[in-house]
Amino acid sequence: MHEPILRVRGVSKFFGGLTALDNVDFEVVPGEVVALLGDNGAGKSTLIKCISGVYRPEQGDIYFQQQQIAGRSPSEVRNLGIETIYQDLALAENLDVGANVFLGKEKIKYLFGFLPVTDDEYMRREAVTVLDKLDIHIPSLKQKLVNLSGGQRQAVAIARAMYWNAQLVIMDEPTAALGVPEQRKVLALIKSLREQNIPVILISHTMQDVMAVADRIVIMRRGRVAADMPRSEATEEIIVRHIVGSAEVGE
Amino acid sequence: MAEKAKIQPRQNRLSRTTLVEFVAQSWSYLFLLAMVIFFSVTGTGFFTVNNFANIFVTSTLVALMAIGQTYVVITAGIDLSIGWTVGLASVIAARTMRDLVNGGMEIAPAMLLGTVAALLVALIPGIINGILIGRVKIPPFIATLGMFGIVRGAAFLLTDGQQVVGQLPDNLREVLRAIGSGSLVYLIPGQGVAWFARPEGLEPAVIRGVAPLLPYPVIITAVIVVIFAFILGRTKFGRHTYVVGGNQDAAVRAGINVKNHLVWVYVLSAFTAGIAGVLYLFRFTSGAPQAGEAALLQSVAAVVIGGTNLFGGEGKISGAVIGALIIGVLQTGLVILNVDAVWQFIVVGVVIIVAVLVNQAQAALERLKTNA
Ligand SMILES: Nc1ncnc2c1ncn2[C@@H]1O[C@H](COP(=O)(O)OP(=O)(O)OP(=O)(O)O)[C@@H](O)[C@H]1O
Ligand SMILES: [Mg+2]
Repeated sequence: MHEPILRVRGVSKFFGGLTALDNVDFEVVPGEVVALLGDNGAGKSTLIKCISGVYRPEQGDIYFQQQQIAGRSPSEVRNLGIETIYQDLALAENLDVGANVFLGKEKIKYLFGFLPVTDDEYMRREAVTVLDKLDIHIPSLKQKLVNLSGGQRQAVAIARAMYWNAQLVIMDEPTAALGVPEQRKVLALIKSLREQNIPVILISHTMQDVMAVADRIVIMRRGRVAADMPRSEATEEIIVRHIVGSAEVGE
Repeated sequence: MAEKAKIQPRQNRLSRTTLVEFVAQSWSYLFLLAMVIFFSVTGTGFFTVNNFANIFVTSTLVALMAIGQTYVVITAGIDLSIGWTVGLASVIAARTMRDLVNGGMEIAPAMLLGTVAALLVALIPGIINGILIGRVKIPPFIATLGMFGIVRGAAFLLTDGQQVVGQLPDNLREVLRAIGSGSLVYLIPGQGVAWFARPEGLEPAVIRGVAPLLPYPVIITAVIVVIFAFILGRTKFGRHTYVVGGNQDAAVRAGINVKNHLVWVYVLSAFTAGIAGVLYLFRFTSGAPQAGEAALLQSVAAVVIGGTNLFGGEGKISGAVIGALIIGVLQTGLVILNVDAVWQFIVVGVVIIVAVLVNQAQAALERLKTNA
């Protein structure tokens, strides 16, 4: 068994009086795809935002490659090699594809050898490369994202996460806006990450997707981890029972 | 393999640039041009070097304020306090220079110190605005409205409630005027040009024709325009300004320090207002708390006319400058046409509303073009 690359220990997160996360334990080992399931409002997005640095948990520890990351800023977490595709995509729709792939990590060149300017040409070229690699085609690369379709935007968010050679990729409903062929592509992408030994946390409401790619299934319910099982032990029926909570009632 | 399917683009049928599109994109330039032509034809004395120099000099105040305002509006904010920051800066500069010169200091170092003092003091409201908006999360409208009152009061306290700072020494005023009302190059009709100062010892008939070609206030403003247009358009700071305005959550998650960025943006806004205040002192040889009062809303108007989106995420310095020039041309032109001054307000108001409509139409056109 591998050492976990990510270890979440006793994490709690409150929004005012609301307990969004309640003493959550959660682990990911290298090369595994962990599906994070649960009802709307179960706390899935909140958990991954605690990992990616958007939220600071009130209690608990998060270790990534043995380093404490709870409470670090999003840029520190990104620099450690965790890339996140957020449920709301977190794109700057007023900017083009290149700017979005390099959001917050803009490539700089020096004009006349001393004036630091953004290297837009480079960023656009690199964006094309990663989009091509993912077999994604965007009509005009100078186009602002606001003029792209929902699926194209989601593709850009995926491309951004892929570009930075992450050590851990978190995907919060990455296929929500995609057509069937594109969904398959994302599943293939997840498999190829696993082949490269890069772990993935996948949040999805699509049971088929989960069954197709997950190695392990973690089910959240009302801010707690309700179940954690290998894919081999999971059936749709068991999963659904844990999601709606009838499994506990039955015990 | 099924995975090979591509994420298909929609077809681009309207890819040719149409006349409509061209007009929509550059309407503010065309509008400026049309107005210049209109006033040149209808108003005697409009189409002269002197008058154009006058328009440019007059527009520097609004243009400088609109530069900082553009950054602020791109972040989806607004800075209502800069009008009084202009006044505060002019008062601080005037008082400091006056007191230093009266205390026996040479003119040049006194002017330098007064300018530096004014700019530093002008940054204070900017810093406070930035902290209130970026860190305490007070809405920009409220925070800067509060600062509007505070800075106004502070400026009047420094003049003991008077409209202007008390009399400046004559020798100081002379030097201020040489810069504020001077020009790098003067055109002497039929005799070529003169450098640095208004030529002397000419025939009275010739003197009337002498026209400033490159007034110092315009040069100073142009330098500021170039610097801040460069920062906004080419640097990482500029890019982050657009990101913060486009999607603040995305900016945070991408690792951009949004809180600090907002502080910088409001500091920058106060800075260009400070420059405008010092320039006011040079131009009018007096410091006045209300120096930028009327120019505040004009600066917002210039920003909007220039195509900057009040909801954030979009805008350009060049647009704001064109906007400022449109307002300058309108005001000067209407005066030359002997139109009552109140009509200025109405005309500028109409132009603002038309500007927003055109910009909305332009955005719709762009979307149509991509999705057609
Ligand atoms: N920023 C916030 N402020 C206040 N409450 C929040 C915030 N974010 C999430 N919550 C609350 O925390 C709970 C967990 O939300 P979360 O977004 O993590 O759910 P989720 O499992 O991702 O749901 P979904 O499947 O709908 O995306 C919900 O009750 C939600 O209303
Ligand atoms: Mg969610």
